[in-house]
Amino acid sequence: MTGSARHFAPSRLCGENSFPTIQRTLRIGDNGMNSKIRVVHYLNQFFAQIGGEDKADDGPQIKDGLIGPGRALQQALGEHGEIVATIFCGDNFFAEHQERAIDLLIQRMAEYKPDLLIAGPAFESGRYGIACGAICQAAQQRLGIVAVAGMDEDNVGASLYRKNIYIVNSGVSIARMAPTLQRMAALGVKLARREAIGKPESEGYLPRGVKRNEFAAKPPAERAVDMLLAKLRGDEFHSEIAPPKFAGSKPAAPLHDLKSAVIALVTDGGLVPEGNPDNIEPGRPTRFTTIPIAGVNSLDANRYDAVHSGYDTAIANRDPNRLVPLDTMRELEREGVIGKLHEFVHSTGGAHAAVENATNIGKDIAQRLKAAGVTGVILTST
Amino acid sequence: MIPVAKEVGSLRAIASGGIVSPTGNPELPPDKEKEYRRQLVLRALQTLQQEV
Repeated sequence: MTGSARHFAPSRLCGENSFPTIQRTLRIGDNGMNSKIRVVHYLNQFFAQIGGEDKADDGPQIKDGLIGPGRALQQALGEHGEIVATIFCGDNFFAEHQERAIDLLIQRMAEYKPDLLIAGPAFESGRYGIACGAICQAAQQRLGIVAVAGMDEDNVGASLYRKNIYIVNSGVSIARMAPTLQRMAALGVKLARREAIGKPESEGYLPRGVKRNEFAAKPPAERAVDMLLAKLRGDEFHSEIAPPKFAGSKPAAPLHDLKSAVIALVTDGGLVPEGNPDNIEPGRPTRFTTIPIAGVNSLDANRYDAVHSGYDTAIANRDPNRLVPLDTMRELEREGVIGKLHEFVHSTGGAHAAVENATNIGKDIAQRLKAAGVTGVILTST
Repeated sequence: MIPVAKEVGSLRAIASGGIVSPTGNPELPPDKEKEYRRQLVLRALQTLQQEV
Protein backbone atom coordinates (compact mmCIF):
# COMPACT_ATOMS: atom_id res chain seq x y z
CA MET A 1 0.00 0.00 0.00
CA THR A 2 1.36 3.37 -0.92
CA GLY A 3 0.20 6.89 -0.43
CA SER A 4 1.79 9.13 2.14
CA ALA A 5 0.01 7.98 5.16
CA ARG A 6 -0.66 8.15 8.81
CA HIS A 7 -0.35 4.71 10.32
CA PHE A 8 -3.01 3.07 12.37
CA ALA A 9 -1.83 2.16 15.78
CA PRO A 10 -0.05 -1.14 15.15
CA SER A 11 -2.51 -3.95 15.46
CA ARG A 12 -1.69 -7.29 17.00
CA LEU A 13 -3.34 -8.97 14.08
CA CYS A 14 -1.48 -7.42 11.27
CA GLY A 15 2.13 -7.79 11.51
CA GLU A 16 4.82 -5.82 13.14
CA ASN A 17 3.64 -6.85 16.56
CA SER A 18 3.31 -10.48 15.68
CA PHE A 19 6.93 -11.18 16.58
CA PRO A 20 7.22 -12.57 20.07
CA THR A 21 10.19 -10.31 20.64
CA ILE A 22 8.14 -7.17 20.37
CA GLN A 23 6.04 -8.23 23.28
CA ARG A 24 9.06 -8.12 25.52
CA THR A 25 8.58 -5.22 27.88
CA LEU A 26 12.22 -4.73 28.81
CA ARG A 27 13.61 -1.84 26.81
CA ILE A 28 17.09 -0.99 25.75
CA GLY A 29 18.39 1.58 28.12
CA ASP A 30 16.51 0.34 31.14
CA ASN A 31 19.90 0.67 32.75
CA GLY A 32 20.27 4.20 31.40
CA MET A 33 18.72 5.56 28.21
CA ASN A 34 22.01 6.18 26.49
CA SER A 35 23.63 2.81 27.02
CA LYS A 36 24.97 1.09 23.92
CA ILE A 37 23.09 -1.71 22.25
CA ARG A 38 24.89 -4.99 22.88
CA VAL A 39 25.37 -6.73 19.55
CA VAL A 40 26.38 -10.30 18.75
CA HIS A 41 27.54 -11.01 15.19
CA TYR A 42 27.13 -14.43 13.50
CA LEU A 43 29.58 -15.54 10.80
CA ASN A 44 30.46 -18.79 9.04
CA GLN A 45 33.92 -20.36 9.16
CA PHE A 46 35.06 -18.49 6.08
CA PHE A 47 34.18 -14.98 7.24
CA ALA A 48 35.34 -15.81 10.77
CA GLN A 49 38.73 -16.39 9.15
CA ILE A 50 39.02 -20.00 10.28
CA GLY A 51 39.28 -21.47 6.79
CA GLY A 52 37.38 -22.48 3.67
CA GLU A 53 35.53 -25.69 2.86
CA ASP A 54 38.19 -27.65 4.74
CA LYS A 55 36.90 -26.06 7.97
CA ALA A 56 33.20 -26.29 7.10
CA ASP A 57 32.79 -29.14 9.59
CA ASP A 58 34.03 -27.04 12.54
CA GLY A 59 31.52 -26.73 15.37
CA PRO A 60 30.12 -23.59 17.02
CA GLN A 61 32.52 -21.17 18.68
CA ILE A 62 32.35 -17.76 20.28
CA LYS A 63 34.91 -14.99 20.75
CA ASP A 64 34.84 -11.66 22.54
CA GLY A 65 34.54 -8.65 20.29
CA LEU A 66 34.57 -8.49 16.52
CA ILE A 67 36.10 -10.54 13.72
CA GLY A 68 36.57 -9.76 10.00
CA PRO A 69 33.43 -8.10 8.59
CA GLY A 70 32.64 -7.12 12.20
CA ARG A 71 34.92 -4.15 11.69
CA ALA A 72 32.61 -2.68 9.06
CA LEU A 73 29.59 -3.57 11.19
CA GLN A 74 31.09 -1.80 14.22
CA GLN A 75 31.76 1.24 12.06
CA ALA A 76 28.15 1.24 10.90
CA LEU A 77 26.85 0.88 14.46
CA GLY A 78 29.04 3.77 15.59
CA GLU A 79 28.11 5.12 18.99
CA HIS A 80 24.78 3.29 18.99
CA GLY A 81 26.05 -0.19 19.61
CA GLU A 82 28.96 -2.39 20.42
CA ILE A 83 29.82 -5.85 19.12
CA VAL A 84 30.33 -7.71 22.38
CA ALA A 85 30.93 -11.10 20.80
CA THR A 86 31.16 -12.95 17.50
CA ILE A 87 29.67 -16.43 17.17
CA PHE A 88 30.58 -18.65 14.28
CA CYS A 89 30.15 -22.16 12.97
CA GLY A 90 31.21 -24.25 10.00
CA ASP A 91 28.52 -24.30 7.30
CA ASN A 92 28.45 -28.09 7.07
CA PHE A 93 28.31 -28.55 10.82
CA PHE A 94 25.36 -26.15 11.02
CA ALA A 95 23.56 -27.86 8.14
CA GLU A 96 24.11 -31.36 9.49
CA HIS A 97 23.52 -30.68 13.19
CA GLN A 98 21.23 -27.68 13.10
CA GLU A 99 19.51 -28.25 16.44
CA ARG A 100 22.77 -28.83 18.27
CA ALA A 101 24.48 -25.88 16.63
CA ILE A 102 21.61 -23.58 17.55
CA ASP A 103 21.45 -24.86 21.14
CA LEU A 104 25.16 -24.27 21.66
CA LEU A 105 25.26 -20.88 19.94
CA ILE A 106 22.22 -19.57 21.78
CA GLN A 107 23.53 -20.82 25.09
CA ARG A 108 26.92 -19.19 24.61
CA MET A 109 25.61 -15.88 23.27
CA ALA A 110 23.11 -15.61 26.13
CA GLU A 111 26.06 -15.18 28.49
CA TYR A 112 26.81 -11.88 26.77
CA LYS A 113 23.28 -10.57 27.39
CA PRO A 114 22.89 -9.22 23.87
CA ASP A 115 20.11 -6.91 22.66
CA LEU A 116 20.61 -7.58 18.96
CA LEU A 117 21.90 -10.38 16.72
CA ILE A 118 23.29 -9.53 13.30
CA ALA A 119 23.88 -12.55 11.04
CA GLY A 120 25.94 -12.51 7.87
CA PRO A 121 25.60 -11.21 5.24
CA ALA A 122 25.67 -14.58 3.50
CA PHE A 123 25.21 -13.28 -0.07
CA GLU A 124 24.28 -16.29 -2.25
CA SER A 125 25.75 -19.04 -0.08
CA GLY A 126 22.84 -21.37 0.64
CA ARG A 127 24.13 -23.18 3.74
CA TYR A 128 25.36 -19.94 5.27
CA GLY A 129 22.07 -18.22 4.42
CA ILE A 130 20.04 -20.94 6.11
CA ALA A 131 22.29 -20.78 9.16
CA CYS A 132 21.84 -16.99 9.38
CA GLY A 133 18.06 -17.35 9.12
CA ALA A 134 17.86 -20.18 11.64
CA ILE A 135 20.04 -18.52 14.27
CA CYS A 136 18.14 -15.22 13.98
CA GLN A 137 14.80 -16.98 14.38
CA ALA A 138 16.11 -18.93 17.38
CA ALA A 139 17.51 -15.77 19.00
CA GLN A 140 14.12 -14.06 18.63
CA GLN A 141 12.21 -17.01 20.03
CA ARG A 142 14.51 -18.21 22.77
CA LEU A 143 16.28 -15.06 23.92
CA GLY A 144 13.53 -12.59 23.05
CA ILE A 145 15.98 -10.30 21.31
CA VAL A 146 15.76 -8.67 17.89
CA ALA A 147 17.76 -9.96 14.94
CA VAL A 148 18.67 -9.03 11.37
CA ALA A 149 20.14 -11.36 8.77
CA GLY A 150 21.70 -10.41 5.44
CA MET A 151 21.67 -12.45 2.23
CA ASP A 152 20.69 -12.32 -1.44
CA GLU A 153 16.94 -12.36 -2.06
CA ASP A 154 17.27 -15.59 -4.05
CA ASN A 155 19.23 -17.35 -1.31
CA VAL A 156 17.22 -20.40 -0.17
CA GLY A 157 17.56 -19.06 3.40
CA ALA A 158 15.57 -16.00 2.34
CA SER A 159 12.59 -18.02 1.16
CA LEU A 160 12.73 -20.13 4.32
CA TYR A 161 12.97 -17.33 6.88
CA ARG A 162 11.84 -14.02 5.35
CA LYS A 163 8.41 -14.27 6.95
CA ASN A 164 9.79 -14.68 10.45
CA ILE A 165 12.83 -12.45 10.54
CA TYR A 166 14.14 -9.27 8.98
CA ILE A 167 16.47 -10.04 6.08
CA VAL A 168 18.43 -7.31 4.34
CA ASN A 169 19.01 -8.02 0.65
CA SER A 170 22.78 -8.16 0.17
CA GLY A 171 22.76 -9.07 -3.50
CA VAL A 172 25.24 -11.71 -4.62
CA SER A 173 28.44 -9.69 -4.70
CA ILE A 174 30.72 -9.65 -1.71
CA ALA A 175 31.72 -6.16 -2.85
CA ARG A 176 28.45 -5.04 -1.25
CA MET A 177 29.59 -6.08 2.22
CA ALA A 178 29.95 -2.58 3.69
CA PRO A 179 26.70 -1.02 2.39
CA THR A 180 24.79 -4.17 3.38
CA LEU A 181 26.18 -4.07 6.91
CA GLN A 182 25.25 -0.38 7.11
CA ARG A 183 21.64 -1.17 6.31
CA MET A 184 21.63 -4.15 8.68
CA ALA A 185 23.06 -2.01 11.46
CA ALA A 186 20.57 0.81 10.91
CA LEU A 187 17.62 -1.62 10.91
CA GLY A 188 19.01 -3.49 13.93
CA VAL A 189 19.40 -0.29 15.95
CA LYS A 190 15.81 0.72 15.15
CA LEU A 191 14.52 -2.71 16.12
CA ALA A 192 16.51 -2.78 19.35
CA ARG A 193 15.15 0.63 20.29
CA ARG A 194 11.62 -0.50 19.43
CA GLU A 195 11.27 2.30 16.91
CA ALA A 196 8.64 2.03 14.18
CA ILE A 197 9.91 0.05 11.21
CA GLY A 198 9.05 1.45 7.79
CA LYS A 199 8.22 -0.44 4.65
CA PRO A 200 10.59 -2.98 3.11
CA GLU A 201 11.65 -0.66 0.29
CA SER A 202 12.52 2.21 2.61
CA GLU A 203 14.31 0.14 5.25
CA GLY A 204 15.97 -2.24 2.80
CA TYR A 205 14.64 -5.57 4.07
CA LEU A 206 12.86 -8.29 2.12
CA PRO A 207 9.05 -8.09 2.20
CA ARG A 208 7.70 -10.45 4.85
CA GLY A 209 4.14 -10.70 3.55
CA VAL A 210 2.86 -8.44 6.32
CA LYS A 211 -0.13 -6.24 5.56
CA ARG A 212 -0.70 -3.10 7.52
CA ASN A 213 -3.67 -0.76 7.35
CA GLU A 214 -2.89 2.79 6.38
CA PHE A 215 -4.81 5.94 5.69
CA ALA A 216 -4.18 7.08 2.15
CA ALA A 217 -4.56 10.69 1.07
CA LYS A 218 -6.74 9.81 -1.94
CA PRO A 219 -9.41 7.18 -2.62
CA PRO A 220 -8.48 4.12 -4.72
CA ALA A 221 -10.05 5.39 -7.97
CA GLU A 222 -8.00 8.57 -7.88
CA ARG A 223 -4.83 6.70 -7.05
CA ALA A 224 -5.46 4.29 -9.93
CA VAL A 225 -6.02 7.18 -12.39
CA ASP A 226 -2.88 8.91 -11.10
CA MET A 227 -0.91 5.75 -11.73
CA LEU A 228 -2.38 5.33 -15.19
CA LEU A 229 -1.56 8.93 -16.12
CA ALA A 230 1.97 8.49 -14.81
CA LYS A 231 2.32 5.33 -16.86
CA LEU A 232 1.05 7.07 -20.01
CA ARG A 233 3.47 9.94 -19.45
CA GLY A 234 6.28 7.45 -18.96
CA ASP A 235 6.76 8.64 -15.36
CA GLU A 236 7.66 6.39 -12.49
CA PHE A 237 4.82 4.85 -10.49
CA HIS A 238 4.50 2.12 -7.93
CA SER A 239 1.77 -0.48 -8.07
CA GLU A 240 0.01 -1.13 -4.78
CA ILE A 241 -0.28 -4.80 -5.57
CA ALA A 242 2.76 -7.04 -5.76
CA PRO A 243 2.06 -9.75 -8.34
CA PRO A 244 3.00 -13.22 -7.13
CA LYS A 245 6.20 -14.65 -8.53
CA PHE A 246 5.95 -18.08 -10.06
CA ALA A 247 9.01 -20.23 -9.88
CA GLY A 248 9.96 -21.68 -13.22
CA SER A 249 10.29 -25.41 -13.54
CA LYS A 250 12.53 -27.63 -15.59
CA PRO A 251 10.66 -29.41 -18.38
CA ALA A 252 10.36 -33.16 -17.94
CA ALA A 253 11.91 -35.23 -20.70
CA PRO A 254 9.36 -36.26 -23.33
CA LEU A 255 7.83 -39.74 -23.15
CA HIS A 256 9.49 -41.93 -25.75
CA ASP A 257 7.17 -44.89 -25.64
CA LEU A 258 3.50 -44.43 -24.81
CA LYS A 259 2.97 -48.19 -24.85
CA SER A 260 5.01 -48.58 -21.68
CA ALA A 261 3.94 -45.27 -20.10
CA VAL A 262 2.07 -45.09 -16.80
CA ILE A 263 -0.28 -42.12 -17.10
CA ALA A 264 -1.98 -40.45 -14.14
CA LEU A 265 -5.01 -38.18 -14.20
CA VAL A 266 -4.98 -35.07 -12.02
CA THR A 267 -7.46 -32.20 -11.90
CA ASP A 268 -7.91 -28.82 -10.25
CA GLY A 269 -11.60 -28.97 -11.13
CA GLY A 270 -12.68 -30.42 -7.77
CA LEU A 271 -13.62 -34.00 -8.69
CA VAL A 272 -14.68 -35.93 -5.56
CA PRO A 273 -16.42 -39.21 -4.83
CA GLU A 274 -20.09 -38.62 -3.99
CA GLY A 275 -20.35 -36.87 -0.61
CA ASN A 276 -16.81 -35.46 -0.75
CA PRO A 277 -15.46 -37.80 1.99
CA ASP A 278 -12.12 -35.98 2.30
CA ASN A 279 -14.01 -32.72 2.58
CA ILE A 280 -11.82 -30.81 0.12
CA GLU A 281 -12.57 -27.12 -0.14
CA PRO A 282 -14.48 -25.86 -3.20
CA GLY A 283 -12.12 -22.87 -3.27
CA ARG A 284 -9.02 -21.49 -1.54
CA PRO A 285 -7.74 -25.05 -1.35
CA THR A 286 -5.26 -26.22 1.26
CA ARG A 287 -5.45 -29.92 0.39
CA PHE A 288 -6.33 -32.46 -2.28
CA THR A 289 -8.16 -35.76 -2.39
CA THR A 290 -6.89 -39.07 -3.69
CA ILE A 291 -9.59 -41.07 -5.46
CA PRO A 292 -9.02 -44.79 -6.07
CA ILE A 293 -10.09 -45.77 -9.58
CA ALA A 294 -8.80 -49.33 -9.89
CA GLY A 295 -11.53 -51.31 -11.64
CA VAL A 296 -13.52 -48.17 -12.49
CA ASN A 297 -14.17 -47.88 -16.22
CA SER A 298 -16.05 -44.62 -16.35
CA LEU A 299 -16.97 -41.83 -13.92
CA ASP A 300 -20.63 -42.43 -13.10
CA ALA A 301 -22.59 -39.23 -12.42
CA ASN A 302 -24.22 -40.90 -9.41
CA ARG A 303 -20.92 -41.73 -7.76
CA TYR A 304 -18.75 -38.69 -8.50
CA ASP A 305 -19.23 -34.96 -8.16
CA ALA A 306 -17.41 -31.75 -8.90
CA VAL A 307 -16.96 -29.42 -5.93
CA HIS A 308 -15.62 -26.06 -7.05
CA SER A 309 -16.59 -22.45 -6.37
CA GLY A 310 -14.98 -21.07 -9.53
CA TYR A 311 -17.17 -22.47 -12.33
CA ASP A 312 -20.64 -23.88 -12.94
CA THR A 313 -20.23 -27.57 -12.14
CA ALA A 314 -23.62 -28.67 -13.56
CA ILE A 315 -22.22 -29.86 -16.90
CA ALA A 316 -19.36 -31.81 -15.32
CA ASN A 317 -21.73 -33.27 -12.73
CA ARG A 318 -23.97 -34.70 -15.46
CA ASP A 319 -20.93 -36.57 -16.84
CA PRO A 320 -17.75 -36.33 -14.71
CA ASN A 321 -15.74 -37.79 -17.64
CA ARG A 322 -16.02 -34.26 -19.04
CA LEU A 323 -13.80 -33.16 -16.16
CA VAL A 324 -11.51 -36.18 -15.85
CA PRO A 325 -11.39 -38.32 -19.03
CA LEU A 326 -11.39 -41.67 -17.28
CA ASP A 327 -13.58 -43.51 -19.80
CA THR A 328 -11.29 -42.55 -22.68
CA MET A 329 -8.13 -43.44 -20.77
CA ARG A 330 -9.51 -46.92 -19.99
CA GLU A 331 -10.26 -47.36 -23.68
CA LEU A 332 -6.71 -46.37 -24.63
CA GLU A 333 -5.34 -48.67 -21.92
CA ARG A 334 -7.38 -51.60 -23.26
CA GLU A 335 -6.21 -50.88 -26.79
CA GLY A 336 -2.59 -50.78 -25.65
CA VAL A 337 -2.11 -47.16 -26.75
CA ILE A 338 -0.79 -46.42 -23.24
CA GLY A 339 0.88 -48.89 -20.91
CA LYS A 340 -1.25 -48.36 -17.84
CA LEU A 341 -3.55 -45.85 -16.19
CA HIS A 342 -2.40 -44.95 -12.65
CA GLU A 343 -4.84 -46.30 -10.08
CA PHE A 344 -5.52 -42.99 -8.31
CA VAL A 345 -6.87 -39.63 -9.45
CA HIS A 346 -5.61 -36.66 -7.44
CA SER A 347 -7.99 -33.74 -7.27
CA THR A 348 -8.28 -30.31 -5.69
CA GLY A 349 -10.69 -27.39 -6.08
CA GLY A 350 -8.40 -24.80 -7.61
CA ALA A 351 -10.50 -21.64 -7.27
CA HIS A 352 -8.69 -18.65 -5.73
CA ALA A 353 -5.78 -20.83 -4.71
CA ALA A 354 -3.04 -19.08 -2.76
CA VAL A 355 0.18 -19.59 -4.73
CA GLU A 356 1.92 -21.03 -1.69
CA ASN A 357 -0.84 -23.59 -1.01
CA ALA A 358 -1.12 -24.50 -4.67
CA THR A 359 2.63 -25.03 -4.81
CA ASN A 360 2.54 -27.33 -1.79
CA ILE A 361 -0.40 -29.29 -3.18
CA GLY A 362 1.40 -29.66 -6.52
CA LYS A 363 4.63 -30.79 -4.91
CA ASP A 364 2.87 -33.35 -2.74
CA ILE A 365 0.96 -34.80 -5.68
CA ALA A 366 4.11 -34.87 -7.85
CA GLN A 367 6.04 -36.74 -5.14
CA ARG A 368 3.33 -39.37 -4.81
CA LEU A 369 3.12 -39.86 -8.56
CA LYS A 370 6.88 -40.18 -8.87
CA ALA A 371 7.04 -42.67 -6.02
CA ALA A 372 4.30 -44.72 -7.69
CA GLY A 373 6.28 -44.93 -10.95
CA VAL A 374 3.99 -42.66 -12.98
CA THR A 375 5.74 -41.43 -16.14
CA GLY A 376 3.20 -38.96 -17.53
CA VAL A 377 0.33 -36.83 -16.24
CA ILE A 378 -2.72 -35.33 -17.85
CA LEU A 379 -4.01 -32.50 -15.68
CA THR A 380 -7.41 -31.19 -16.62
CA SER A 381 -7.98 -27.62 -15.48
CA THR A 382 -11.19 -25.63 -15.19
CA MET B 1 -6.79 -20.47 -20.25
CA ILE B 2 -3.54 -21.28 -22.06
CA PRO B 3 -1.99 -17.87 -21.20
CA VAL B 4 -2.72 -18.54 -17.50
CA ALA B 5 -1.16 -21.99 -17.72
CA LYS B 6 1.94 -20.52 -19.38
CA GLU B 7 2.13 -17.66 -16.88
CA VAL B 8 2.29 -20.03 -13.93
CA GLY B 9 4.97 -22.11 -15.61
CA SER B 10 3.15 -24.96 -17.37
CA LEU B 11 5.41 -26.22 -20.13
CA ARG B 12 3.03 -28.48 -22.02
CA ALA B 13 -0.52 -27.17 -22.39
CA ILE B 14 -3.28 -27.66 -24.94
CA ALA B 15 -6.63 -25.91 -25.26
CA SER B 16 -9.44 -27.95 -23.70
CA GLY B 17 -13.15 -28.26 -24.36
CA GLY B 18 -13.85 -25.26 -22.17
CA ILE B 19 -13.80 -24.14 -18.57
CA VAL B 20 -16.92 -26.03 -17.50
CA SER B 21 -16.10 -29.20 -19.45
CA PRO B 22 -12.39 -29.54 -20.17
CA THR B 23 -12.70 -33.00 -21.72
CA GLY B 24 -16.20 -32.79 -23.10
CA ASN B 25 -18.61 -30.78 -25.19
CA PRO B 26 -22.22 -30.91 -23.98
CA GLU B 27 -23.44 -29.55 -27.33
CA LEU B 28 -22.48 -32.78 -29.09
CA PRO B 29 -24.49 -36.03 -29.11
CA PRO B 30 -22.97 -38.61 -26.71
CA ASP B 31 -21.08 -40.68 -29.31
CA LYS B 32 -19.60 -37.58 -30.96
CA GLU B 33 -18.67 -36.18 -27.57
CA LYS B 34 -16.78 -39.38 -26.75
CA GLU B 35 -14.88 -39.15 -30.01
CA TYR B 36 -14.11 -35.49 -29.28
CA ARG B 37 -12.74 -36.49 -25.86
CA ARG B 38 -10.65 -39.25 -27.41
CA GLN B 39 -9.04 -36.85 -29.89
CA LEU B 40 -8.34 -34.36 -27.10
CA VAL B 41 -6.71 -37.00 -24.89
CA LEU B 42 -4.65 -38.31 -27.82
CA ARG B 43 -3.45 -34.76 -28.43
CA ALA B 44 -2.48 -34.48 -24.75
CA LEU B 45 -0.55 -37.76 -25.01
CA GLN B 46 1.21 -36.47 -28.13
CA THR B 47 2.18 -33.33 -26.23
CA LEU B 48 3.77 -35.49 -23.53
CA GLN B 49 5.97 -36.98 -26.25
CA GLN B 50 7.19 -33.59 -27.49
CA GLU B 51 10.47 -31.96 -26.59
CA VAL B 52 9.95 -28.64 -24.80
